[in-house]
Amino acid sequence: MMGFYFSRLVEIYPFFLKGLWMTSKIAFISLVTCTLIGFVLGVIRSSNNIILKRIVGVYVAFVRGTPFVVQIFIIFFILPDWGLQLDAFPAALLAMAIMGSAFICEIVAGGINSIHKGQWEAATSSGLTMIQQLRLVIVPQAMKVILPPLVGQYVLLIKDTSVVSVIGVMELTRVGWVTVVRIPEGLMVFSLVGALYFSISYPLILLSNYLERKMAI
Amino acid sequence: MLVDFNFRIIFEYLPLFLTGLRSTCFIAVVSIALALATGIIACACRISGVKAIKYPAIAYIEIIRSTPLLVQIYFLYFGLPTLGLRVPELQTGILALMLNSGAYIAEIIRAGITSVDDGQLEAGTASGLNYFQRMRFIILPQALGVTIPPLLGQNIVLVKDSALLSLISVMELTRCGQTMTSERFMPAEAFFTVAFFYMCIYFCLKALADWSQRKLIFREAY
Repeated sequence: MMGFYFSRLVEIYPFFLKGLWMTSKIAFISLVTCTLIGFVLGVIRSSNNIILKRIVGVYVAFVRGTPFVVQIFIIFFILPDWGLQLDAFPAALLAMAIMGSAFICEIVAGGINSIHKGQWEAATSSGLTMIQQLRLVIVPQAMKVILPPLVGQYVLLIKDTSVVSVIGVMELTRVGWVTVVRIPEGLMVFSLVGALYFSISYPLILLSNYLERKMAI
Repeated sequence: MLVDFNFRIIFEYLPLFLTGLRSTCFIAVVSIALALATGIIACACRISGVKAIKYPAIAYIEIIRSTPLLVQIYFLYFGLPTLGLRVPELQTGILALMLNSGAYIAEIIRAGITSVDDGQLEAGTASGLNYFQRMRFIILPQALGVTIPPLLGQNIVLVKDSALLSLISVMELTRCGQTMTSERFMPAEAFFTVAFFYMCIYFCLKALADWSQRKLIFREAY
């Protein structure tokens, strides 16, 4: 029986690759948007503007304090009530962007805050504008603190894309879930799904470990 | 819109949410205790010199860390019955959370232990302490200060992860929101209430984590 299911699994293997492609697509788009939004929010969070800082703080607390599934349900079920009808795929990307940027914001703010105040003062007295100060002086130094946890966060975000399967996006986990109904070999199906996730996230984990070692010196 | 946010229905469903809250807390406490035990054992195996237990521990930690929790939950939920094991959903969920958090806790503890400077160990050896004495008197007291804040952080993650158990129909907080949505179709009321309860747990745990960070940070090795 096992052999029969195995051959069926081999038969529908392309279906899994399609799921992997979808997962990679969601992961890639959301990593890029999360990084961009996260950096902007992180700079605001570490700035001196109290009002903006508070607003970002509330946003971050809400995102970090609630589970990602609940956030997805809020976006997918409640936004239509408010007149914003989203398909599953854009809703998934929106949820990922909101969740990921809050976590990256904290990492970036932590990195910027770790830079000595004298650096800001030196940059100001050299006549650099705010953007120049950040781009030329602060962020290059902060990168050393930011990069290792950032790559670690990327791994977490890639894994969190599995949760968007709950609103029916046909990504890897959803493919496994659909398959297991037809091929009742849970261990086999989800080992395959797990192995495919492993193939994307393990290299990133190794990169994160490498950066951690390299940046520690 | 928020204008017709119906508070009455929330009060009507409050008993259900409180059961869900209690269930989530129960799942979290049990899973954390089990995960801590798993983590300590996995870490002990990971740092030991014996290859027969070191490599399985590495494999366990790396596999768990590079696959999503949801896949692990489904793996157990759909996989255990094919092995002939009939495990109820709740136990399956707790098992998944235990295995998942155990791997992360093992890495947190290992980071704490390796953060203790080698010179300390050498000094211990030179003072004539054996392996267990070195662990007991030199490494663990110093590692504890570095370990406790991230451990409390892991607890926060675990509480949020427990929301995924709703997908294998464990009756916890998120599942209560889904129940209410399917009975009354009021997703806004349901999921904002659920989010509110999670926020309450989050702020309590976060206050604890911040407090331990302040209290313990200067006990770091130096």
